[in-house]
Amino acid sequence: MHPLLRMTMQRLALGLLTLFAISLFIFLAIELLPGDLTEEILGQSATPETVAAFRRELGLDQPAHLRYLDWLGGALMGDFGTSLANGREIGELLAARFGNTLFLAAYAAAISVPLALSLGLLAALYRGSWFDRFVNVATLSSISFPEYFVAYILLLFLSVKWGLFPSIADFGSGADLGTMLYRTFLPALTLVLVVTAHMMRMTRAAIINLLAQPYIEMARLKGASPARVILRHALPNALSPIINVVALNLAYLITGVVIVEVVFVFPGLGQLMVDSVAKRDIPVVQAACLIFAGIYILLNLAADLLAIATNPRLMHRK
Amino acid sequence: MTLTDIKTAPPTAWFGIVVIALYILVALFAPLIAPFGETEIVGMEFEPWGGAYPLGTDNLGRDVVSRLIWGTRNSLGIALATTALAFGAGATLGLLAAVTGGWVDQILSRLVDMLIAIPALLFALLLLSIYGTGIVNLVIVIAVIEATRVFRLARAVAMDVVVMDYVEAARLRGEGRGWLMRREILPNAAAPLIAEFGLRFCFVFLAISALSFLGLGIQPPTADLGSMVRDNAALITFGDITPLLPAAAIALLTVSINFVVDWVLHRASGLKD
Amino acid sequence: MTDPLLTIRDLRIEGRQGRSWTPIVKGVDLELKRGEILGLIGESGAGKSTLGLAAMGYARDGTRISGGSIDFDGQDLMALSERRRRGLRGRRIAYVAQSAVANFNPAHRLIRQFSEAPTEIHRIRDRDEAEAEGRALYARMRLPNPGEIGFRYPHQVSGGQLQRAMTAMAMSCRPDLIIFDEPTTALDVTTQIEVLAAIRDAVREFGTSAIYITHDLAVVAQMADRIKILRHGMEVEEQPTRAMLAAPREDYSKSLWAVRSHEAAARPAPAEGETPVLRLSKVSAEYVRGTRVLHDVSFDIPRGRTVAVVGESGSGKSTTARVLTGLLPLSTGRVELDGAPLPDRLAGRSKDQLRQIQMIYQMADTALNPKQTIREIIGRPLRFYLGLRGAAQEARIRELLDAIELDPDSYIDRLPGALSGGQKQRIGIARALAAEPRLIVCDEVTSALDQLVADGILRLLRRLQEERGLSYMFITHDLATVRAIADHVVVMQNGEVVEQGPRDEMFAPPHHPYTETLLASVPQMDADWLDTALARRGEN
Repeated sequence: MHPLLRMTMQRLALGLLTLFAISLFIFLAIELLPGDLTEEILGQSATPETVAAFRRELGLDQPAHLRYLDWLGGALMGDFGTSLANGREIGELLAARFGNTLFLAAYAAAISVPLALSLGLLAALYRGSWFDRFVNVATLSSISFPEYFVAYILLLFLSVKWGLFPSIADFGSGADLGTMLYRTFLPALTLVLVVTAHMMRMTRAAIINLLAQPYIEMARLKGASPARVILRHALPNALSPIINVVALNLAYLITGVVIVEVVFVFPGLGQLMVDSVAKRDIPVVQAACLIFAGIYILLNLAADLLAIATNPRLMHRK
Repeated sequence: MTLTDIKTAPPTAWFGIVVIALYILVALFAPLIAPFGETEIVGMEFEPWGGAYPLGTDNLGRDVVSRLIWGTRNSLGIALATTALAFGAGATLGLLAAVTGGWVDQILSRLVDMLIAIPALLFALLLLSIYGTGIVNLVIVIAVIEATRVFRLARAVAMDVVVMDYVEAARLRGEGRGWLMRREILPNAAAPLIAEFGLRFCFVFLAISALSFLGLGIQPPTADLGSMVRDNAALITFGDITPLLPAAAIALLTVSINFVVDWVLHRASGLKD
Repeated sequence: MTDPLLTIRDLRIEGRQGRSWTPIVKGVDLELKRGEILGLIGESGAGKSTLGLAAMGYARDGTRISGGSIDFDGQDLMALSERRRRGLRGRRIAYVAQSAVANFNPAHRLIRQFSEAPTEIHRIRDRDEAEAEGRALYARMRLPNPGEIGFRYPHQVSGGQLQRAMTAMAMSCRPDLIIFDEPTTALDVTTQIEVLAAIRDAVREFGTSAIYITHDLAVVAQMADRIKILRHGMEVEEQPTRAMLAAPREDYSKSLWAVRSHEAAARPAPAEGETPVLRLSKVSAEYVRGTRVLHDVSFDIPRGRTVAVVGESGSGKSTTARVLTGLLPLSTGRVELDGAPLPDRLAGRSKDQLRQIQMIYQMADTALNPKQTIREIIGRPLRFYLGLRGAAQEARIRELLDAIELDPDSYIDRLPGALSGGQKQRIGIARALAAEPRLIVCDEVTSALDQLVADGILRLLRRLQEERGLSYMFITHDLATVRAIADHVVVMQNGEVVEQGPRDEMFAPPHHPYTETLLASVPQMDADWLDTALARRGEN
């Protein structure tokens, strides 16, 4: 087999294996619960009949490995069972919310990725300047802020005080793209502020780490300008860490939006998850976790493959 | 880090050090400083700023200043305990994996790879939904999550040290694992680990306050900065900034820690060159 | 054409140390005519690389040119704008660095890096022209397959070939001056000779001026018209090459010459039938199952004698050391310590067996724990093996420091960071001695040190050997070191012993063909050596 193909297959297999391990973990976490889930959820006062009915509904009367296979098999077909809280199909419940979350993530990513990369490159190019220092302090602060702090500040000024944008990011169904972009501007902006700082710092660091390399000095000694040194000589070698941090932040945009969704009452997957945790609607939480983990692994896989594709050492063997 | 180093620190680091010291003082002496008790209801709900209650009262009529002071003490203490727990476990296992290698390293590393593949917040939400909310569960869950990150760093740092000839020399001498970890590797891995402690503390602090903000972390009536934001969030829509105060208190501390860590890391890398 | 191409007057360069600046180059003058090659010689820290870069108007981060003038072809480099200086770099003054592997950008193909300066940076040729020129220069540098090699990435090309490709790259704009900064130091001797020949021919062909920086006198003797010796950032002396070789004037220069001819007195062979301290019998080993890196290696290390294991990188000499120290288990064969079989794994050896074999490393920097004081470093084996503690331990540490010629009072509480390279190496020796071993494995212990310092270490090792009846296994690639210390020589190639015998026999013909190549590739202090050696190669 071609070594490149083999490497790709290896990554793919590893991704699947991780996903499988996580599904097992998500499932087993409940098994490790001291005592019985039904008692935990229904409370001590539940009648034996309700408990029995509840157990049947959850399939708790079957052995664990059968339940696991059943659950995993269902999940693969998109059937996650029904919600404990309202009895609705979890698959349906998730589908609509998931679309919203993806929309918000894509919105934030479209702004933050190009912004972060260009700011990172500029900061590396003008390292040590006032611009670099300012960006350093600003991004460090932005990373350290709790997301709801950023969110509420934006909400306070852009919505409450100046009335520029709506504070509740619910666009209903059938809204056109412009309306959607406008109504979700505040949550998207919050996310942009949070992830841009991280990506930008990592881009700058990845480039600066390479500047002590002898081949960078060689480029300077060939007469290359500072911009050429950064863009042509450092950047191609910094791609792997940059791709990784972008993937990490994209994953965060999808999985970490919980707080932003709560602040702006955005009907996404995160909001649903928080509600379900509060209600201890465990099947929903499990399903959401599995989907999020799948996306997370997929993004990491994509980053891995992209990093291989941009590495001449791996693409062109000896 | 000597006194002269601190004297040459940039203003941001100075700012950080002073702020951190203030927080520690407030946390330690909260019972002396706070004008009212932690859960004491002193007046009407949402009283305005000024008078006996400089920052007004909260949704249950408790003094906001006192709640801030108690909240700082609680949030800080819980976050510190969690970080210490995460660090003890993560760093020990990380060093052990690096020194031992072989299947011990393989098993630990693969396990950590798997746990890290679950996004941290989800991981916490999943476990909290199953085991229920509460301070002990919260501390354990966050500590496990953070320990995986600490493990990775500690292992990576230790790996850089393990390949050094002086470690090989100690191995050839016949030294045991304990000596290698404590005497040969740990002193040389200390600087990045200390910086990491600062960063991890920030993550823990933010994670706990985020969960509390969502109502899934520290439960009432215990005062805590995250849940204070949640309790009073409704005021924002009236243009009242009271709910931003606890959030700002969190931000100020994490920014300060980051400033100090940034300086420490910068200094360490500068010395290497 | 008689006016000089490059004139440097009273050049001063400083390096930042914390918050202050300390001088690196302290007022050096230099003059270079067109077509001339100047050799710059000096030990590490002499300021020769810094001076070489300054000739391009370039100062590394953390250094600054603080005084003097650099005049290149009528332009004062210091007075030019940075943009104008960039216009000269790569186009009229080019640079060839020590490690080609590190100096080629791993992300781009060789030909692209070759044509970057003429096409993209200085815009004096179009791409087709530049690439055709590249192929021609690759051919001139005797690179195999010059039409195709440019399309490879750096990691696909060997070190010796990369070094030649870098010289070709430096010539891509046909510069007036090339700075060669130790271009062959990282190469094996048999590769070095080819690169030297290729560089010299190309420079002569185009009449390029060059500054050739090296610490190796014999190498610079082949390349330079004139030699300038630097020490501590100052000039020691400058003479035409042949005059310098024949009669160095200054004491420092003379001492450099003397070190090269240092040779240990021959000692009688060990008595017939005496049990050797260590015996390797038909030892084979592998890192990955199925691919052997050592094949049937057998040799003895007699009591009180030094066995030098010689070979180029990849010859298996360091692997042999790993096997006998127990880091790499052997696949077949046996190792005997004092006639008794030695367990092949580290974990299987007794404390006493561990104590008998000690090791000294190449890089003294990484061999000492930077967080332990000298007292802790030397004290640990005393306590671990001999159970010494308290006052007895302290007394022994001081005794050992005396033995390695370091003053106990001023060194015992220092950290390794406060020592020079040679001093660190001495501490490494003391740590090995503390265990009271029978055998010390010395892995390239002098190759990272300057010649004078290395010579001191070799003399110390020799003296300690005579006082304490130690045996050494001395791993080295440097035949001058072999001459200076060995009683017995083992030559290795590709994991096999190709020849072994007493030192004086090994240096006298007849040789095994590989030993012959090795000996013939070592540059000699003779300006005609390269020509003679190449001619001799041509005959064979």
